[in-house]
Amino acid sequence: MAGGLAEALSARTGFDVTIVRVVLVVAALVSYGICAAAYVVAWLLVPASGAQSSIGSKAMADKRGIGLAAGVASLLAVAWAIASVLHATWLTSLAVPTIVCAAGLVLIWRNAPPDEQELMRELADPLFGQTASGRKTHPIRRAVLAVVLVAVGMGVLVSDRRPYALTPSGLVRPVAGIVLLIAGIAVGLGPWWVRIAKDLVAERQARIRAEERADMASRVHDSVLQTLALIQRRAADPQQVVQLARAQERELRAWLFDGLAPGSLAGTATTLAAGVRLIQQEVEAKHGMTVEVVAVGDCRLDDDLNALLGAAREATVNAAKWSGADVVSLFAEAEPDAVSVYVRDRGRGFDPEAVPGDRKGLAESVRGRVARRGGEVTVRSAPGEGTEVSLRMPRLADDRLPRRP
Amino acid sequence: MSEPRAHNGQPRVFLVDDHGMFRSGVRSELAGELAVVGEADDVAPAIIRIAECKPDVVLLDVHLPGGGGQEVVKAVKADNPDVRFLALSASDAPEDVIAVIRAGARGYVTKTISGPELVAAVRRVASGDAVFSPRLAGFVLDAFAAAPAADQERLTFDPELDQLTTREREVLRLIARGYTYREVAKELFISVKTVESHVSSVLRKLQLSTRHQLTKWAAERRLT
Repeated sequence: MAGGLAEALSARTGFDVTIVRVVLVVAALVSYGICAAAYVVAWLLVPASGAQSSIGSKAMADKRGIGLAAGVASLLAVAWAIASVLHATWLTSLAVPTIVCAAGLVLIWRNAPPDEQELMRELADPLFGQTASGRKTHPIRRAVLAVVLVAVGMGVLVSDRRPYALTPSGLVRPVAGIVLLIAGIAVGLGPWWVRIAKDLVAERQARIRAEERADMASRVHDSVLQTLALIQRRAADPQQVVQLARAQERELRAWLFDGLAPGSLAGTATTLAAGVRLIQQEVEAKHGMTVEVVAVGDCRLDDDLNALLGAAREATVNAAKWSGADVVSLFAEAEPDAVSVYVRDRGRGFDPEAVPGDRKGLAESVRGRVARRGGEVTVRSAPGEGTEVSLRMPRLADDRLPRRP
Repeated sequence: MSEPRAHNGQPRVFLVDDHGMFRSGVRSELAGELAVVGEADDVAPAIIRIAECKPDVVLLDVHLPGGGGQEVVKAVKADNPDVRFLALSASDAPEDVIAVIRAGARGYVTKTISGPELVAAVRRVASGDAVFSPRLAGFVLDAFAAAPAADQERLTFDPELDQLTTREREVLRLIARGYTYREVAKELFISVKTVESHVSSVLRKLQLSTRHQLTKWAAERRLT
């Protein structure tokens, strides 16, 4: 037997191990399995020689194991309840020991020390054929078990000479026989089925991976590889190379960190942060300069804020056209009561008092646009010190977004 | 620090980045201004080599094949608390940046930074100050922005650590707008030293705050 209980008993009593084992087996058979149940319980409760605690004390902490054991026990209980309804007394007499044995074995299986688990796995291996060693070394055991189950099942079916009656008790035997037959076939062919199912799953996963790879490859090809090719061809023009690299970098970032597919950023924005990024994208693409964007907080865009962003775009374009700087900083912050955008460059600057009359851009499309909607624009600039345009628009509280939806 | 500032006052710099091309680029940009004493391309070799070299400043990539840059910071800080770290990254992912800062880095700059700016940033870190790029300033403002929900955060909320002062907010806003420390000082009529102390104080809060909001914020940013 498995638990090593026989050795322990023989050591106590002085009888030979084999005799103890035979006595135990006979007792198990004679007592309708009561002794087998007692064996399992003893296995749980008696510490192994040299061990400090029994499996049972460990099993107490194993909540999932207890749940599993309870589940198995209740399933069996239902099965025996059905059997007793069908008046199969020879089956119901086995009920209690079977339930105790099954629940006990579940707990032992989960909590036994490694060597005992190894032993049990070896015993159970031919049943399931799951582990690698089982596939090679135990086909014979499995085949024998399958043949025995099939034979017993056939025997139960055939030995019943009475004609099958459609009464509950009359059905017990054929049903038991069929169950045994099915069990035999399952033991014999189960590993094959399992392997086929596993192969199917593996194949599916491989196909999904291959599709993902193909998708990734096509996107990288459309974006990164195309850009790299362009950069190689235009290596003589550093301005354009920088521009290409920036545009590509932004697209790749949008894809990797924001989950936006390449090319999908273009179009209309619905939130403040997306809006300033759109400005960045357009100005960098059209004017070949770097726009550093920092956005704090976010909110949905309404007409007021669209006007604010339109003015901010104009200010950024102005900076790109006139300042002579390489970089424009664009900072947008959504506060509870207002949205602010700052456009700053370190270019040549100008004297705001002496703006020539033909430069309508700033006055009309920046200042006027925002002022009409209740916002304000401040321009700070001096020759040689760059320019900063501050735009501010008060806002209603109800369009606030949950932080990064 | 047995031989600090060996090269006539130049901070000694160590590079950690898995791209050889990027390392050689940085090396040539720093040449003449700073002494590059060593480089490594991954977490494990970096920890060993930094312990040997004992540089003043480590320029650390946030993303490394063998793990995040924060692993390097933690391991080195345990034995050599004097080594200072400046995170250098192409990553926009805020939670990576925040993780390295919280592990003990003194600042964060993006890889698109110009050579002279990088030199200035390294010097600033070497002298014990914090370096906030506009982007990091934006992250911090964002992370500290949400007013603490009165019910949830009361238990762990420490106003000293978990909230920015009005002045710190002003300084961060200006940095996020692209101002240099000098320009911030001029704008707010304070000295550059005061700006530096505000920024260092923000860094300290960022590193020590146990504010639930901070980690939650970073996690949310990751998901979007």
